[in-house]
Amino acid sequence: MAVTFSKQKTPIKEQDPQVRRSNFEEVCLGYTLEEGKIEAGRCLQCKTKPCINGCPVKIDIPAFIKCIREGDMPGAAEIMDKYTNLPAVCGRVCPQESQCEGLCTVGKMKDYEPVSIGKLERLVADWKYAQKDIAPKAYAGEKKGRVAVVGSGPSGLTVAGDLAKMGYEVKIFEALHAAGGVLIYGIPEFRLPKKIVKMEIEAMQKLGVDVETDVVVGKTITMQEIMREYDACYIAVGAGAPHFQGVPGTTLNGVYSASEYLTRINLMHGYEFPKFDTPAKKAKKVVVIGGGNVAMDAARSAKRLGADEVTIVYRRSLAELPARIEEYHHAVEEGIIFNWLTNPTEYVDDGEGKLKGVKVIKMELGEPDTSGRRRPVPVEGSDFFIEADCAIEAIGQGANRVLLSTFPELKLNKKGYIEADEKTGATSVPGVFAGGDIVTGAATVILAMGAGKDAAVAIDKYITEKKAAK
Amino acid sequence: MFKIVSKQKLAPKEFDFWVEAPRIAAHAKAGQFVVLRVDDNGERIPLTIADYDKDKGLIRLIFQVVGKTTAAMSTLSAGDCLRDISGPLGTPSEIENYGTVMMVGGGVGIAALYPIIKALKGAGNKVVTILGGRTSSLVIMKDECRKYSDELIVTTDDGSEGMRGVVTEAMKMVVERGDKVDRCWCIGPSIMMKFGTKAAKELGLPIWVSLNPLMVDGTGMCGCCRVTVDGKIFFACVDGPEFDGHKVNWDEFMSRLRQYKDEEKISMEKFEAEVGEQTWL
Repeated sequence: MAVTFSKQKTPIKEQDPQVRRSNFEEVCLGYTLEEGKIEAGRCLQCKTKPCINGCPVKIDIPAFIKCIREGDMPGAAEIMDKYTNLPAVCGRVCPQESQCEGLCTVGKMKDYEPVSIGKLERLVADWKYAQKDIAPKAYAGEKKGRVAVVGSGPSGLTVAGDLAKMGYEVKIFEALHAAGGVLIYGIPEFRLPKKIVKMEIEAMQKLGVDVETDVVVGKTITMQEIMREYDACYIAVGAGAPHFQGVPGTTLNGVYSASEYLTRINLMHGYEFPKFDTPAKKAKKVVVIGGGNVAMDAARSAKRLGADEVTIVYRRSLAELPARIEEYHHAVEEGIIFNWLTNPTEYVDDGEGKLKGVKVIKMELGEPDTSGRRRPVPVEGSDFFIEADCAIEAIGQGANRVLLSTFPELKLNKKGYIEADEKTGATSVPGVFAGGDIVTGAATVILAMGAGKDAAVAIDKYITEKKAAK
Repeated sequence: MFKIVSKQKLAPKEFDFWVEAPRIAAHAKAGQFVVLRVDDNGERIPLTIADYDKDKGLIRLIFQVVGKTTAAMSTLSAGDCLRDISGPLGTPSEIENYGTVMMVGGGVGIAALYPIIKALKGAGNKVVTILGGRTSSLVIMKDECRKYSDELIVTTDDGSEGMRGVVTEAMKMVVERGDKVDRCWCIGPSIMMKFGTKAAKELGLPIWVSLNPLMVDGTGMCGCCRVTVDGKIFFACVDGPEFDGHKVNWDEFMSRLRQYKDEEKISMEKFEAEVGEQTWL
């Protein structure tokens, strides 16, 4: 039988690049229900369902897509709820090309694009949150125990939501004044509107999850106190401590870590200064160092703050770029300049402690390193100067030591992250589980969620067995 | 939300709050600080914990009005709330019995010095405290510091109380008269800490300073507060705020403090336009 559906994904509306480069509103506008039905029609409903294997939380993708096709949105939402607590977030920020969509059967056919699973997930989630009468059902029975969750990023939220559904009293401790972790302070509004994150967290609070902000575990309360008061604990504090390359001039005014730059803009609403008190510095010429999603986010934010010229400096080439390809394309459309195979060697002082520009050097790719990627090597004598009044380093983050330094019982691996069982999240301390970036190092939202999902099952088992043994 | 239980004016533009924050009070140690936010549109600013009462669950915050956020804070009264307070943050002061300690403070930095004086006295040190200011009424917390000091020396630029002159002259006087000083702390405006450090160098004394760089999160997540100490980058919010004064790159530190001067002015002007003349300051 001839296949009759479109080779390409159903087009999705986006804000015009010329308009969106000066606002912080969401770039992708999402499918309408009609467009969603058309896209859902591209799913073969194949028996093998390879897409599910690509999803770290194993959403029954063909089942919810079938519901969309049949116009049964409540049914689609119900299926989704079984697997994920953050569908509106994941539909937007997951790198689907290397997960569910990367394994889609349609995408394997010559000249065909995979089904747009992420955008369909987002459609269902956005539809759900627009319905006033669909309230999540809180667990009604007697509570099975108390669990503390440290950190309210994607991993902590997932564990909390799942445990609440299973009947636990769950308390999340968050160091910042707003919950969401990287979803709130890191990923910009134009990729992930903060009202979406707030809605997903409010839905979780309706399930009975209690969130206490302004609590820095290790400082405001100790791990020892948590272990006394709770039956189990899940540590999901992420990998938020920024690395600096350490080239001369790193402390000049105008040089930022991407974490600071994005926190000022996203968490503190620096782009709305002085309506909000925290300023985000407006610069004319900006250099961003790095090639991940964080670098793309920082560069596109700088453009939106009004910079005339934003250059990304990356030490490898386009082929090795770790950022999502969709976000790279968005950056190009918005006029971001890319300098491949280039690395900074010095931030240059204007004589008054302010940045005047960045000295960079060309790189070439040498032999593969331990990670299998070809190692960039500087090309002697190829230095050049890029004028800039702002430089943002987005070269990665490491484990935050605040909690870990006050909890020496917890075993860490060589890189300083928590040593935890891959399947259960169990750590060297009984009753203490861990997951997300604090175990793996900086990774993706959905992997952090997957770790949270597995840990919720393991925590339930741990507490149930401990109580039965009494 | 964190309720203000009492408010007192210590000096022109300087205010003293006791605030309900039981978790912070229970864990606070000398030398630590909090990061607070006044309201929903507010910025996060660091303030030293000037004192704490574990039994009552209270912490004490003493601040000087220097810009929009502190001005907005000064309009609050007992019974009002601060939106967010996170803490206790930073590494506590190293409290030991050193022998004789010289404690040097100025301006609102005296509030940061006070809990360290108290803790060092508690650890059995002989405490010689030097507090300085432009004029007598600007030298705050004299009686409280005196209570935990073996000697209190006040210096004023105009000679209205104690020695006429600046704190560094009192530092020299104490050493020259023969006191064997084992360790100093100097906390105050950055220019005072810089010159206090210079004086300590000449006198051959180890000196600790409490740096007050710009901060955002205060938990080591952004590096806004980075300082160069002994040629290496440290984050003052987690590695400090106290550092060996002799190793601090003072010029860089002071330059970074000026980073948002223009924006701070815009913010203050907007606030002044909204509230009118600030007669309560």
